[in-house]
Amino acid sequence: MCDTCGCGDTHLVPVEVQDKVLAHNDRLAAHNREHFQECGVLAVNLMGSPGSGKTAILEATAHAFRGTRKLMALAGDLATDYDARRLEAAGITALSITTGSACHLDAEMVHRALHDFPWRDADFLFVENVGNLVCPAVYDLGQAVNVVALSVTEGPDKPLKYPVMFRKADLVLLTKVDLLPHLPEVSLAAFEDAVARTMPEARVLPLAAAKGEGLSAWLDWLEARRRSPS
Amino acid sequence: MQRVLAEANARGAIAVHRLSVAIGELAGVEPELLASAYTLVKDNGLCDGSALDIHRVPARWACRDCGIEVARGEILRCPACSAPARLLSGDEILLERIEMEVP
Repeated sequence: MCDTCGCGDTHLVPVEVQDKVLAHNDRLAAHNREHFQECGVLAVNLMGSPGSGKTAILEATAHAFRGTRKLMALAGDLATDYDARRLEAAGITALSITTGSACHLDAEMVHRALHDFPWRDADFLFVENVGNLVCPAVYDLGQAVNVVALSVTEGPDKPLKYPVMFRKADLVLLTKVDLLPHLPEVSLAAFEDAVARTMPEARVLPLAAAKGEGLSAWLDWLEARRRSPS
Repeated sequence: MQRVLAEANARGAIAVHRLSVAIGELAGVEPELLASAYTLVKDNGLCDGSALDIHRVPARWACRDCGIEVARGEILRCPACSAPARLLSGDEILLERIEMEVP
């Protein structure tokens, strides 16, 4: 009722909220992160376009770490479990998260998957996100680090076109660098320049996973992050 | 929507008239698509006739040490001391305000 005269009129009331729309996801991600930290597991959110080489990176990583480090992976995929099968074949304990038409993973999907998965025994838990340079960057999963795979054939303009993704990256793995001799119009420096305009502490490691080139710097980076995750 | 309905119900609102949201340039959310999605999800009683105001927030970067702003499109390092820049604003997805009609 109107306070002034008791006429029964309704009032328009502005209510200040200032609430993060993704607060629910952020809470679940924080919960996942606590789990990972308690168990000393370095969780790596691996993102990148379809075909950028995410699965190949993990295969090569498994090969290089064989016998020394326990690798596990959750592979987000729209429709198949091909990636998880490839990872299993490479010696990585892997589980597929089939997202249907969802173009990214969120903290709840990861949390549900953890229930059926022996992730506590891992040294490194990779979350291979859905191939997409946009949406996966928006959803925190509880990872310690974000790694973006960018292949040289995608072109050096991609960080500038998809700044949301590259801003969140802790490391960019520039993949398929063995193809650079076939791409005369593309240079490593152009990628580094574009990354530096979108990523505040720019770090680019060139890699040719199929040939094992650049792997030692990547493994060193992982080990350093495992020792001090933040 | 859950938060909106919870706030409206807590105050006994009979209708929600307007939502104000802030969407940062680097939030990964396209304002036009959000506006179009809102027309689909709001038809649930209280919010049926409500408007969605989207306030776009540009990305602003500044030196994390000395605070000097980095110009748009430049390398994300301080122009003076070369320290890495940090984002001042532009990654928010915020429900800022709900305007509701109460008895």
